[in-house]
Amino acid sequence: MNRDSNLYIFIYASVMVIIVAAVLSFTAETLKPIQKENVRIEKIQNILASVDIQSTKKNAAELFDKYIPEENRIAINSKGEKVDADAFNINLKIENKKPIDERTLPLFIVNIDDGTKKTIIPLLGTGLWGPIWGYMSFEPDNNTIYGAVFDHKGETPGLGADINKDWFRKPFKNKTIFEGDKFVSVTVYKGGKGAAERAGDLKHGVDAISGGTITSKGLEKMVFDCLEGYQEYLRNNKDK
Amino acid sequence: MSELFSKKNIKLLTDPLNENNPITVQVLGVCSALAVTVKLEPAIVMSISVTVVLAFANVIISMLRNTIPNRIRIIVQLVIIAFLVIVVDQILKAFAYDVSKQLSVFVGLIITNCIIMGRLEAFALGNKAWASFMDGLGNGAGYGAILIIIAFFRELLGAGTITLPGIGEIKVLTWFIENTGYQNNGLMILPPMALIVVGIIIWVQRSRTRNLIEN
Repeated sequence: MNRDSNLYIFIYASVMVIIVAAVLSFTAETLKPIQKENVRIEKIQNILASVDIQSTKKNAAELFDKYIPEENRIAINSKGEKVDADAFNINLKIENKKPIDERTLPLFIVNIDDGTKKTIIPLLGTGLWGPIWGYMSFEPDNNTIYGAVFDHKGETPGLGADINKDWFRKPFKNKTIFEGDKFVSVTVYKGGKGAAERAGDLKHGVDAISGGTITSKGLEKMVFDCLEGYQEYLRNNKDK
Repeated sequence: MSELFSKKNIKLLTDPLNENNPITVQVLGVCSALAVTVKLEPAIVMSISVTVVLAFANVIISMLRNTIPNRIRIIVQLVIIAFLVIVVDQILKAFAYDVSKQLSVFVGLIITNCIIMGRLEAFALGNKAWASFMDGLGNGAGYGAILIIIAFFRELLGAGTITLPGIGEIKVLTWFIENTGYQNNGLMILPPMALIVVGIIIWVQRSRTRNLIEN
């Protein structure tokens, strides 16, 4: 058959595409359960890391059930009332698109080893290249940050990608998100090391990443946007 | 066996390491050489991924070379490359999740890596499968070698660390940082520095391999 005839080209292309599509879907379907489990374990590890509980891939699920049993995985609405939903599997991407008073918001309450209660709130936002996310835990006063972890899909390595490094996330500890009764969230200051101090905002400010401005600002917006809906809950449920 | 590793075939494997290096001589794949060389670990995994994709794409195209209609050959090549890259990506996601997260978009970008298209056009379309396989391995290794050299210097001078797969981050230069007032060079982690390092490598290579110098 003539290799340059239209019919040959047409048949060749069709057969090739069908074979490739079949093999690809088979591969994707076969590997899906393993990939899903990887994502679930990572989420658990992140949640635990926000209250400084270190876990390995093997014991993560077990530790999660121990520290945050089913009844401590709560879903609320923006008025702070509990609603019936599977908190662990709430899709923040969908919820964040809704107006605040229609959102279903997940939160996790954990009793850590020293006997105190911490509240963990999941975050999701946008960095420079794609989604960024994290978990922030609060002291029983529901104002002081106890810990925070962040991660990203594809921020620039060495720059924006450093939001998942300890040197960036550790300073969030002990910052407060309320000024009096007003919700102010956390501000990320540009200008290198000590920028928050120079701006005179040690209570609510941390240093941004030099060279990672858009990621840093995206992170600031993420923290504000996500915590906004929890205001009522945080105010009404704090331990004096 | 002796034919498989004949002088000609071995040359296909070793040539791209120096005299016909894809990055420094053919000037292909420079884009990803700038993007993934901030740290050593992603650079190593990227090198392995590109080598695997390149070797197998070469073999597949070489086996199909007498059936591919000339008018759509680029499309056929792209489909094969994209297919292999997605398979690599899926496997990484399932069995090396941490690494796949680090490489993120760059795995997908192997599809547009000009080394692969370049070798398919220049070599696999006109040569037998085994020779194409050797050519793929050789060019992958040549690409990887440059990537690793660049990443080593950029990470060392830019962040003061060396990150190896399976071992993690090793802090070097700590003595310098603590005792001499040495500061990590932030410019090293920005893309322009990768280009300058490539330039230095080309300079060193040409001064050592005289026959690369044009008249």
